[in-house]
Amino acid sequence: MAVTRRGALFGLGSAAAAALGASCTRDDAARARDVDAAFAFSPEVVGHRIRDGARVEPSPDAWRDLGVVIVGAGVAGLSAARALSAADFHDFVVLELESAIGGTARGGRTDVSPHPWGAHYTNLPRAENVDYVAFLRAHGAVEGLDAAGEPIAAEGAICRDPDERSYTAGKWFEGLLPVAVMNAAAAADLAKLEAQVARWAAFRDARGRRAFALPRALGSDADEVRALDTQTFAAWLDAAGITAPPVRWLCDYACRDDFGARPDAVSAWAGLHYFTSRHRETGDGSAPVLTWPEGNGRMVDWLAADAHPEILTGLAVADVQPLEAGGVEVRALDVATGAARGFRAKQVLLAVPQVFAGRLLRSFRDAPPAHLAEFVYGPWLVANLELHTRPGARGYPLSWDNVPYGSDALGYICATHQAGNDWGPTVLTWYEALADADAKAARKALLSWDAAACRDRVFADLRSAHPDLVRRTTRVTFARHGHAMVRPRPGFVFGAAREAAAQPFRGVHFAHTDLSGLALFEEAFWHGRRAAAEILVAQGRTG
Amino acid sequence: MDRVPLLFLNVLVVATCGLVYELLAGTLASYVLGDSVTQFSLIIGLYLSAMGVGAWLSGKIERNLAMRFLDVELGVAIIGGLSAPILLLSFARLSWFPVVLYGLVFVIGTLVGLELPILMRICQDRLSFKDLVSRILTFDYLGALVGSLLFPLVFVPKLGLLKTSVFFGLCNAAVALWGTWLLADVLGAGVRLLRARALFVIALLGFAFTQVDLIEGLAEDDLFPDPVVLSKTTPYQRVVFTQSKRGFNLYLNGNLQFSSGDEYRYHEALVHPAFAAAPAPPRHVLVLGGGDGLAVREILKQPGVETVDLVDLDPAMPALARGFRPLVELNGDAFADPRVTAHEADAFIWVDTAPAGRFDAAIIDFPDPNNFALGKLYTRLFYQKLRRILAPGAAVTIQCTSPLYARLSYWSIIRTIEAAGFRVHPYHATVPSFGIWGYALARTVPFDPPQRLTVTGLRFLNDRELASMFTFPADMAAPGADAVEINRLDNQWLVRTYETEWRRWQ
Ligand SMILES: Cc1cc2nc3c(=O)[nH]c(=O)nc-3n(C[C@H](O)[C@H](O)[C@H](O)COP(=O)(O)OP(=O)(O)OC[C@H]3O[C@@H](n4cnc5c(N)ncnc54)[C@H](O)[C@@H]3O)c2cc1C
Repeated sequence: MAVTRRGALFGLGSAAAAALGASCTRDDAARARDVDAAFAFSPEVVGHRIRDGARVEPSPDAWRDLGVVIVGAGVAGLSAARALSAADFHDFVVLELESAIGGTARGGRTDVSPHPWGAHYTNLPRAENVDYVAFLRAHGAVEGLDAAGEPIAAEGAICRDPDERSYTAGKWFEGLLPVAVMNAAAAADLAKLEAQVARWAAFRDARGRRAFALPRALGSDADEVRALDTQTFAAWLDAAGITAPPVRWLCDYACRDDFGARPDAVSAWAGLHYFTSRHRETGDGSAPVLTWPEGNGRMVDWLAADAHPEILTGLAVADVQPLEAGGVEVRALDVATGAARGFRAKQVLLAVPQVFAGRLLRSFRDAPPAHLAEFVYGPWLVANLELHTRPGARGYPLSWDNVPYGSDALGYICATHQAGNDWGPTVLTWYEALADADAKAARKALLSWDAAACRDRVFADLRSAHPDLVRRTTRVTFARHGHAMVRPRPGFVFGAAREAAAQPFRGVHFAHTDLSGLALFEEAFWHGRRAAAEILVAQGRTG
Repeated sequence: MDRVPLLFLNVLVVATCGLVYELLAGTLASYVLGDSVTQFSLIIGLYLSAMGVGAWLSGKIERNLAMRFLDVELGVAIIGGLSAPILLLSFARLSWFPVVLYGLVFVIGTLVGLELPILMRICQDRLSFKDLVSRILTFDYLGALVGSLLFPLVFVPKLGLLKTSVFFGLCNAAVALWGTWLLADVLGAGVRLLRARALFVIALLGFAFTQVDLIEGLAEDDLFPDPVVLSKTTPYQRVVFTQSKRGFNLYLNGNLQFSSGDEYRYHEALVHPAFAAAPAPPRHVLVLGGGDGLAVREILKQPGVETVDLVDLDPAMPALARGFRPLVELNGDAFADPRVTAHEADAFIWVDTAPAGRFDAAIIDFPDPNNFALGKLYTRLFYQKLRRILAPGAAVTIQCTSPLYARLSYWSIIRTIEAAGFRVHPYHATVPSFGIWGYALARTVPFDPPQRLTVTGLRFLNDRELASMFTFPADMAAPGADAVEINRLDNQWLVRTYETEWRRWQ
């Protein structure tokens, strides 16, 4: 049981092993071609079919009358459904284009393990996010409150240690900070960034609000805070003298991870939001990460379980038309059969990105409101790699989040990690935010790749960190999220477009994370509840 | 002659390589034999004196100086270059490993000692004596500096010991090959054959360079103090049985799991206190880990046991416990008993699948928490999961590493079990192969440490010893409350602490 001398000897000796390991053979390319690659679901195909909404015309007997129709079973739609159910309002359906619920927070599963298809974690909320805390507590992810009233996360829900590692210079290191390339200048710049984060974490405006709260609506709109929204994060970093490449990489990684864009395309407010909203005065300085093998798919299931709404999946809404006489007509296409279905409701909630709202809502199609053009979305590619055995690695062991330093992608999550499943086959969920400044071009490129091209992209990205990956992978499946994340470009978060977009329009209400200017579970959850409250008022129920 | 400066470059390389071989031998010797001060002193002394022998021997060489010089250099290349692999492979035969070690050091030292005097004589008609001595010695000492800097700063961290060794052998051989051109005018007839020899040495070392991993793998077999009688690599671990005069030993991943000579102490202390503390004779018993069947052997001594469920990650262990003769004899063929069922699973996941309230006693015998995959089996969450499948009043014993060698780790486990809602009585026993070993006895209700065993005729435990195991001397007693943390899945405090604590004892 004791560690032997031999251990020390081999620790040194095996350093030698890696030098050779990095060489990659010609069969690798051939092997890679044999790895089965496929798209898991292709909403864009349906998307194109419904672009021209007018052609979907349900027969008279295919219409249903309801109090409310929710379009979109993502987090926002389900959160609204949950809030309606909680108010004892049940006269509604949820229509979802996909075969399963969850949207960008959807989970999936293979024979080996559940895994995410998109969002994979949330941060332990502060007490001020009352409804979210209550939700997590009801499902056991929060096990109680501490003396200060702040939530305590359940042990099984907090990301299991080892949580993060990064690959630099031939070796894995604990944590995301690329320690192997940190030098004195980088350490000094990191200290500058940390000081700024601490400063903004301590900030309270005249009304006692934080600079960066979750949900965003609870945060400050004081002038100093708004000033951060007028410049790019890159410009702000330059001005703060934070220029060392390792620290800039960390910032770049953070922006791509949270916003799907680079620091020169998002506001300083957004960049600081990433670091500061997670900052905690206690523990190791950051809020515990909560995660599940299927990622936020777990919370999606909880929302659905709480609401137990009628959800019609595989139904693509093609047209939403407010009527002169009041009420709204919704026309939808059954994706499998091609049959048209109609719904008449007093209120409709569009729980989809605004770019889709603009296509679905007939009046918006005819005369697009100015605010729509302000919503810019970056595309994402997500891969689930099924491995028959785990990749070998030098240095720090396989962790939950594994990030190669310097990569343009975001590394991968190990789906079996949180379950304590440490042996044999696993599933790795690999992420890439296509962070080109030109989001449209990036989206076009993404949609032009076939599954084999996507597979080559993943393997190329991970080749140096895991030369043995190809031969361990049995299958790769992909999700392409064309409008994955709204980009908090300078001026967007405090601009007029977001507020304009959230205003109900002739019986049509809006809820989606993009209305916060950020793509986060907390925001989608909050907007779902906000819209549900509006709807209940409109329904004559004062909530 | 204009080639003389190039010969000095040769001196530099030769000196660098010479120093590196010396450092390699010193480093390897202190790794495997310990006591680095003694090892380094011995090896430096021996090496320098061997160089003296070489210098003296150089006087015996009369003719064909250039040829002899290059042959010596090739000899250094081969022996020096392969020195680390040879030493590693011969480490196992502890009885004569020092002979190999010091012998090699002596041979290399002698060869290196031959080099400079011969080279000086080769150059003697080309330079004045004054210049010759000053230049050659300058480059010699400079080479030593280069070697002493490159070795710890660049080569060992980047290449490891084995590759460093072979790499410098290659350098040496390459310089020798180059020398066949530099000294062409004095080499005479044999030059082609000499080049062939040099190329052969380079090819040999080049091949060795690509085979270093294999050599390490081979060496691993040999790195046990006793002869290996069975070794098996499973997807989970490397299982090795060694045989000594006193009995046989099981190693998992190179870590000793038990020694047949004293394992009864460990297993009696692990199993019987749970039965002594249980409110009624346990009928359904759970064993987590312990695929060797030795804990099961003890459990089957207890009256009233109806079922034993054993969960081990690695199916190879129960298979060996059923089929490997010495182990079958030791565990009394425990797995042949119809009451025993072995499950192949990670206990962390398996406990969620077992029926609630099922077990009257649980014996937990995981390897020490030296990695994260094992550390999870010592977390509060794991003990909470375990609680679910225990019957009311059930008693649990847990192996908890050594309270002496890893005091904070030990008490962290105790506090963690308590934090999961158990009442815990810590206890310990002496197992010579391991030292002082620690356990926990836990129940979900308040209880006193047991006074009376429920079986008689054990080799180690009797009632007196049972009671005394629960008292702790000062150097193993609970440290202050702030010194240990609860081990949680999200902090794995134990794994981090355990590593630091054991490192001190290496
Ligand atoms: C790859 C990726 C990783 C992410 N990681 C995280 C993370 O770790 N943590 C985090 O908090 N957030 C993360 N996010 C952000 C995540 O998007 C939000 O957390 C949240 O899930 C957004 O929910 P939503 O309901 O607002 O929108 P969406 O998820 O976009 O939901 C919209 C729903 O509407 C449906 N829909 C669209 N058009 C139609 C139509 N015509 N008819 C019917 N239905 C339609 C869609 O199929 C979808 O189900 C990530 C996002 C992506 C893309």
